[in-house]
Amino acid sequence: MPDRRNIKSKYTSDRGMPGAFEGETVTRRRFMTGTAHTAGGIVTAAFLLPSLGFAIGPIFDKIEQPWQDVGPVADFPDDTYIPKTIQIAAAIGEVGKSTVYMRKHNLKIDGKMKDGYDGYIAISTRCMHLGCPVRFTPAAQRFICPCHGGVYDFVGRVDDGPPVRPLDRFYTRVRNGQVQVGPRFSVNQELRRFSPRDPGQALDGIGQYMYPARPSIRKLPNT
Amino acid sequence: MPKLKLPSPPGRKAPPKRPGTPEPKRLEVASEKAVGVVDWLDERTALSGGARWMMFRKVPKGTNWFYTLGSATMFAFLSQTVTGIFLAMYYRPDASGGAYESMRYINDEVFLGEFVRGMHKWGSSVMVVLIFLHMARTFFFGAYKYPRELNWVIGVVLLILTMTMAFTGYLLPFDQRSYWATVVGVNINGTGPFVGPYLSDFLRAGPEFSATTLSRFYAIHMLLVPGLLGVLIGAHLYLVARLGTTAPPWQKPAPSTTDQDERA
Repeated sequence: MPDRRNIKSKYTSDRGMPGAFEGETVTRRRFMTGTAHTAGGIVTAAFLLPSLGFAIGPIFDKIEQPWQDVGPVADFPDDTYIPKTIQIAAAIGEVGKSTVYMRKHNLKIDGKMKDGYDGYIAISTRCMHLGCPVRFTPAAQRFICPCHGGVYDFVGRVDDGPPVRPLDRFYTRVRNGQVQVGPRFSVNQELRRFSPRDPGQALDGIGQYMYPARPSIRKLPNT
Repeated sequence: MPKLKLPSPPGRKAPPKRPGTPEPKRLEVASEKAVGVVDWLDERTALSGGARWMMFRKVPKGTNWFYTLGSATMFAFLSQTVTGIFLAMYYRPDASGGAYESMRYINDEVFLGEFVRGMHKWGSSVMVVLIFLHMARTFFFGAYKYPRELNWVIGVVLLILTMTMAFTGYLLPFDQRSYWATVVGVNINGTGPFVGPYLSDFLRAGPEFSATTLSRFYAIHMLLVPGLLGVLIGAHLYLVARLGTTAPPWQKPAPSTTDQDERA
């Protein structure tokens, strides 16, 4: 049975179109349709792409974490922690402040110093289960989280409960007799330094690959 | 109820009244005018056909009160929309104290503020409960099967968006509970492998909970998700009207005439 559909040649010259030339397949109608669609696409992209970039920009925007004075060298014992308050986010009032537990580096507990940022130990109070504030309990010599029962030992390693890695730390240094607290870093169970991860993201074993470091917050280079 | 009729085309005058016809009563004249307005609209939009198609559908035998859970969820959404819009007239998404202060003002000072805020707060829980009941009804009645699979998929997206609304709305009062619940919630998001950390950064607008986190949650809660919810509810309803509802599983099909003929 012959195909009864009216099949047109794809060449404009075969179809007898005025102004057609050899080998041309794009008719005026197709050209206009394509032009209109392209223009629409460009216009949409022109407002959509910048808006999306505007919304997801903070993912790629590195936050500089300033060094902050927390007190004179004499303030810090080496066998227990004292709480100090630092600012972790600007322009948000009390909400942007956080407690850091600090003590002097102790050779018996911490081993030899890694580098110049290790003279004072600054432990973040952010629980590594889901981010509640932990508290150092001197009687137990442990950090305890009120939310879901996470327990950390004296150096912040996980003792019990749901947390997936030890408590975060901050770099410290001494300037003009003042101890300063700097950027945050995360540690694994061997207390190796990593770029800061959020609570709930493991760093031991496969965890460090499942939860990659983010461009927005980094540890100091070469530490 | 007077019958609707299309108005006569412009330019043609109404025929003169026959002598002896009584004067129309006032009520009749008024209702004639109202019908005229509806007719005017319908002639230009042809909405009555769509409305009839949507509202006067055949429903299967055995349709019962469980079939109202979807509408109940939609009315919860409408209530959330209305109360939410009016709450936005007083609320300030200001992280350095203004948000909490504006919520305190709504609760303590504004006329009926506590009531409207309470409707929005409790209504959110009601909506989540209803949407789950609606989902359970659909599941246990087998109403997700062919040809209604797409409507189930849309429903699941609506469920996720409703949970997003509940999550982002929880931060807005900006008290201790809001703050810590959001910290925990964002960190739960972050435990998703590979994309989790970036998703957390997107939600917080950075690596730490900051001043823009609140306005970000406010924009998601007020503009982004409600828009999507509205569009998808429209699609959900369109598919319900197009495909019809299912009979409950215990409903026996009516015996077919051929069977009866054979038996006879």
